[in-house]
Amino acid sequence: MGEPAIKITGKSVFMDKVKDLLPEGGNLNLCLTCGACSSGCPATGLEGMDPRKFLRMAALGMDEEISSTPWVWMCSMCTRCVYVCPMKINIPQLIFHARKTWPRDQRPKGILGSCDMALRSDTCSAMGATEEDFQFVVEDVLSEYQEAQPEFAEMQAPLNKVGAEFYLNQNSREPVTEPDEMVPLWKILHLVGADWTYGTKGWAAENYCLFLADDENWEKIVRTKVKAVEDLKCKVWLNTE
Amino acid sequence: MRKSFGDPVADDLRFVVKTVVGEENFIDMAPNKSNNYCCGGGGGYLQSGYTDARRAYGSLKAEQILATGAAYCITPCHNCHAQVHDLSEIREHAWQTVHLWTIICLALGILGENEREYLGDDLKEVLMYPAE
Ligand code: SF4
Ligand code: SF4
Repeated sequence: MGEPAIKITGKSVFMDKVKDLLPEGGNLNLCLTCGACSSGCPATGLEGMDPRKFLRMAALGMDEEISSTPWVWMCSMCTRCVYVCPMKINIPQLIFHARKTWPRDQRPKGILGSCDMALRSDTCSAMGATEEDFQFVVEDVLSEYQEAQPEFAEMQAPLNKVGAEFYLNQNSREPVTEPDEMVPLWKILHLVGADWTYGTKGWAAENYCLFLADDENWEKIVRTKVKAVEDLKCKVWLNTE
Repeated sequence: MRKSFGDPVADDLRFVVKTVVGEENFIDMAPNKSNNYCCGGGGGYLQSGYTDARRAYGSLKAEQILATGAAYCITPCHNCHAQVHDLSEIREHAWQTVHLWTIICLALGILGENEREYLGDDLKEVLMYPAE
């Protein structure tokens, strides 16, 4: 008898745990090893990994490798592998849970910093823009355009308008780094006569706590944003992200 | 698209894009809609610090865009815009990357001078608002 090619413990504590969490166990036991997932995954080959391999390693109980490979941060959670899988196996959920096995302070610094920054104020801005910053930028840009572009003298970019149909959010990058990029959207909303508003609270569209696999703070940010929409009694939450 | 609303919304977006640029100017990539590849801007990638991996991930998307031969790539989402723009920059600016709102306002004739950051020289002055 030859040596086994890889050392396996036989049972994956990690995969069993994830199976318990997912509806239908994420179908994690049903893999046919066909490779459809890997052949269409843009992350295949990075760190010598691919989705089928990741799943097989988890199934074989290679828990240490699964929870230490940086590849879990190189999957964009795009779910194409699920879409093409004949057994609808939820590999990205497995990867997401592997992210959670990383100690919080060792997860990628940029994602961590963006999550922490968003937790510092009710704006949820990962770039740290405050309620006052946002209000100032919106009002400043609006008045400039009302003056310079005659057809849009009446255009509004309402803040905290109670009872508006649409609550619109905005990625922090626009108010912070390229405010002029907000204007084309305002123009379209103005021309179609949409009843919309921004909120000084909860306006930032991004949520890096989700990507960080920090469930508690991911939820906290979503709740802050939902509260902002509900406090203004808006009917539709329009996410531009 | 793939994760939430599915192909009906992908079709709606194609209706919008074809209406503003003209049917004959729209080139779809392959594969497309729910079967498309992710560009690699999402999932926290842009902030993850794994820049080389992010660009290698995006090379599939870059090849798709180059295969269309299109001069402009329209991105409706913020992360896609940042990523697809970066993929073009590292290929000697092989295509222009524009937000959907930019191209809609351009077609409506209401795009001002300061809203043209991502247009190429061929469109920088086209249908300028307000007209001189
Ligand atoms: S596509 Fe599904 S069944 Fe095929 S190898 Fe991947 S996970 Fe297994
Ligand atoms: S979700 Fe992750 S593993 Fe699946 S195809 Fe996308 S990048 Fe690859």
